[in-house]
Amino acid sequence: MLFDEQFRLKVGLAEMLKGGVIMDVVNAEQALIAEKAGATAVMALERVPSDIRKDGGVARMSPVGMIREIMQTVSIPVMAKARIGHFMEARILEELGVDYIDESEVLTPADEEHHIAKKDFKVPFVCGARNLGEALRRIAEGAAMIRTKGEAGSGNIVEAVRHIRTIVKEMKQLTVLGKEELVHESKKHGAPLDLIEYCAEHGKLPVPNFSAGGITTPADAALVMQLGAEAVFVGSGIFKSPQPEQFAKAIVKAATYYNDPVKILEASESLGIGMPGLEISRLPEAELMQTRGW
Amino acid sequence: MAAPKTVGVLALQGDFEAHGRALSQAGARPVYVRTADQLREIDGLVLPGGESTTMLKLLNIENMKEPLAEFAREKPVLATCAGVILMAREVSHPVQECLGILDLAVERNGYGRQIDSRIVELDPSEDFLSRTGAGKLEAVFIRAPVIQNVGPKGRVLASYLGRPVLVEQDQHLAVTFHPELTSDNRVHQLFLKKL
Repeated sequence: MLFDEQFRLKVGLAEMLKGGVIMDVVNAEQALIAEKAGATAVMALERVPSDIRKDGGVARMSPVGMIREIMQTVSIPVMAKARIGHFMEARILEELGVDYIDESEVLTPADEEHHIAKKDFKVPFVCGARNLGEALRRIAEGAAMIRTKGEAGSGNIVEAVRHIRTIVKEMKQLTVLGKEELVHESKKHGAPLDLIEYCAEHGKLPVPNFSAGGITTPADAALVMQLGAEAVFVGSGIFKSPQPEQFAKAIVKAATYYNDPVKILEASESLGIGMPGLEISRLPEAELMQTRGW
Repeated sequence: MAAPKTVGVLALQGDFEAHGRALSQAGARPVYVRTADQLREIDGLVLPGGESTTMLKLLNIENMKEPLAEFAREKPVLATCAGVILMAREVSHPVQECLGILDLAVERNGYGRQIDSRIVELDPSEDFLSRTGAGKLEAVFIRAPVIQNVGPKGRVLASYLGRPVLVEQDQHLAVTFHPELTSDNRVHQLFLKKL
């Protein structure tokens, strides 16, 4: 079931994005800056998460004209966000020909029970997750890439760290269990047994596992990659920083040399203070984005 | 038995780990190369799939372009997908910088976007089959480049839709698909024979 031809192609593109930085952009001009700085892909969205947080209201799929202009402007893959459960936004993005759809908690959910049936699509999907069960449910629905959620638009890495550590730890624990214990694990995580068995055997997800939500500096990017993320998404951290181009370039370098403190120092050398951050414990429960998705 | 060959995989970005696994299965010892110094320790180099614009950016920042070109004058390189774009003489759609090690003209994303990515079965040339083994070759194309023309030194070992997709030039191999994403490792085996 897992590796039919269509799914291999979807995962294949995610493989090509490893070790790189996917940058949030809200127009073609930002997309060009991202590409020039070395982004492996851009994520088109209506507003960056910190603005969604600030302005409130309903956040939806980006305007089609804006996404099309970005697709015409850059040669790297273009991703775009659809609301959780909004399969019609996803169908439009597929027709438009975007390279990846992010069924994202950063936008206002359209369905509070169901995610999109992603296997029915030819375009690949990435979904957010905070723990192993959530990641495997999304993969069961057809997601070909997982990104830990973190807390988007917060400028605070603490949630991204919590989520990548949780997923990595939960997978490690599976690897030491006997076969007869995995059925219970499947029940505990609320995830299909075959996917639990895959993680127990391989100690990793069957699709690439990236990190998102709060990555602001080269050090943040290197941190989550050392914790097990295979690439990073940077949202507000670049275009809400005082030096978007410099931050973009520096984080690209950090994603490659995440194990080399000398190179991370080099990357950080010319940077000033990053975007303003928020303390998560001071955020009202209703303003948390990570709790969207089920 | 001879000691396994040490093969570098350029690990600036992309699916370098998939190449590492394929090389191990084919009997080589992979090393992930992120600095110019590491080029001295290896017998051959793989340029993986990924985003050519990102790799180019990092090659420039880290001053690795010239050392890489120098390496390729002496030793074999297996270039896949984005790697072919880096190694080409000429790149279009859009025009971008390249190392000019292989006498190839390449169009980026020549088949289209991700929805045009595909897995196909190729009939490689007799030459390829006699050096590796019989049977069709599974080719995974992901936002793949198209080789528009091949210089006089290039030998086409496989084609798809009338365009070369596996080309040998001197000690090098250029592959527009992803042999590292299939279980058939004949392309990697052929490369190891050239070391």
